[in-house]
Amino acid sequence: MNEGMPMTTAIWLFDPAAYRILKAHRPVIYAGGGVILSKASEELTKFAESLQIPVTTTLMGLGGFPAPHKLWLGMLGMHGTYFANMSVHHADVLIAIGSRFDDRVTGKIEEFAPHAKIIHIDIDPTSISKNVVVDIPIVGDCQDALSQLNTLAAEVIPRELASAHQDWLEQIAQWKQDHPLTYDHTSGDLKPQFVVEKLYELTKGNAIISTEVGQNQMWAAQFYHINRPNRWLSSGGLGCMGYGFPAAIGAQVACPDEIVIDIAGDGSIQMNIQELATAVQYELPVKVAILNNGFLGMVRQWQQLFYDRRYSQTPMFSPDFVKLAEAYGALGLRAEKPEEVEPVIREALNTRKPVLMDFRVAPEECVMPMVPAGAPMHKMLLI
Amino acid sequence: MRHVISVSVDNEPGVLSRVTGLFSGRGFNIESLCVATTMDPDVSHITLVSVGNEQIIEQIIKQLRKLINVVKVVDLTPTDHVEREMALVKVKAEDRQRAEVLRIADIFRCRVVDVSPNTYTLEVTGTTEKLNAVLGLLKSLGIQEVVRTGSLAIQRTKKE
Repeated sequence: MNEGMPMTTAIWLFDPAAYRILKAHRPVIYAGGGVILSKASEELTKFAESLQIPVTTTLMGLGGFPAPHKLWLGMLGMHGTYFANMSVHHADVLIAIGSRFDDRVTGKIEEFAPHAKIIHIDIDPTSISKNVVVDIPIVGDCQDALSQLNTLAAEVIPRELASAHQDWLEQIAQWKQDHPLTYDHTSGDLKPQFVVEKLYELTKGNAIISTEVGQNQMWAAQFYHINRPNRWLSSGGLGCMGYGFPAAIGAQVACPDEIVIDIAGDGSIQMNIQELATAVQYELPVKVAILNNGFLGMVRQWQQLFYDRRYSQTPMFSPDFVKLAEAYGALGLRAEKPEEVEPVIREALNTRKPVLMDFRVAPEECVMPMVPAGAPMHKMLLI
Repeated sequence: MRHVISVSVDNEPGVLSRVTGLFSGRGFNIESLCVATTMDPDVSHITLVSVGNEQIIEQIIKQLRKLINVVKVVDLTPTDHVEREMALVKVKAEDRQRAEVLRIADIFRCRVVDVSPNTYTLEVTGTTEKLNAVLGLLKSLGIQEVVRTGSLAIQRTKKE
């Protein structure tokens, strides 16, 4: 070790971490993409279950914890669930695992998890205390660290302690009941969230999902509940539109027998639409679901909410995607009403070639809930 | 707080720009930076002075260690070390002031490295504080130009 190295990053602090977790009344696990990269999903699930600690993940951590689980809070952050953000805000111990305290997660950083002692497990020492000062750092591989914590938990922690924070779980259940993740079903318009829900339902949650960047990405993250690792491909902090379609093609090459769906927007699909030729040429049955609202939707959403609907450079002209698909030799399908969605998806899933699905969704639908930029996490705009 | 950080790097093109790029990219402060090759032609040495709280200095050190071409990073501030900086100062020196400039130079053990009918150029070596003190005194006499090296630092040998 070099001289003068700050000691905090070099020590493995298992015992203090275990002690903190044991003493916690309101613990929350906040997991990131590191859990996927280190194949720690099983250890994470075991850890959360044995101590009854609720789990939220970042966008990149989706699939690291099984989505339909009673301890699952959904994604946190700017477009995370109300109950995930409230849980983190009120937590007394926050266990960050393979995550980096990105600004989309923390909101106003001075007010992030204000009541919590923070334990941070990460393999990269530079990640520790980079954005948020960490109380107990554990530098190491997530899988390794979690399995050691699990061993420690099994030895040290008596059974009854697992139910010590029953009040906390009830509080979270209450938040969940007050403000669940939902959208307005009553209008009769075709809603983008409905399309994603249908995709989830008809693929039984078993598709590999890739996304572009923007509203499509957030709706996919919110409503397609990823239940295991490496089924979710998104460009995360890099924020590159055009990522989803080539990623889906790659996934289809690697997993020829899986259903692979790129959930896209009308803006971002045109970033790499030429790859339809690749998909057709190599006979890859990739499905693209375009949530077509005629806008660069996420930017428009900010103009809509914070700039009094003064839309500048966000309305988008798009080609006829059905004809375009046909021109490439792929199948093009369109749905304009809610009742047309299911037949379109069914036909796409039954077709062994690339399919472009053009869903004409409600143009001014917003991704909700939302933490406005610069606001603390618990001050969310709800529907 | 001011920290003196000693960095050994591979002596290759582009390494310095990686180091400075790290500072500009992450918004860290550089007070001064000195670079030259060492006895080993494959290794260059950087003495870097930065100002920040403990958390920022810790980040700087960790981020530097992450660079492939960085061989070794030592924060000299908490250790016993010697620090030196050099300045070349061109001072106005006319008539009666000529003697005054030389007197100040003598007091601070400066060397006169260039003389002209109306200027002296002085070489000053010492700690940053000493340099600031000399420059403070010479300022009232009229400094025409100053160049400074930035701090160099080396650890003292531990005595048994």
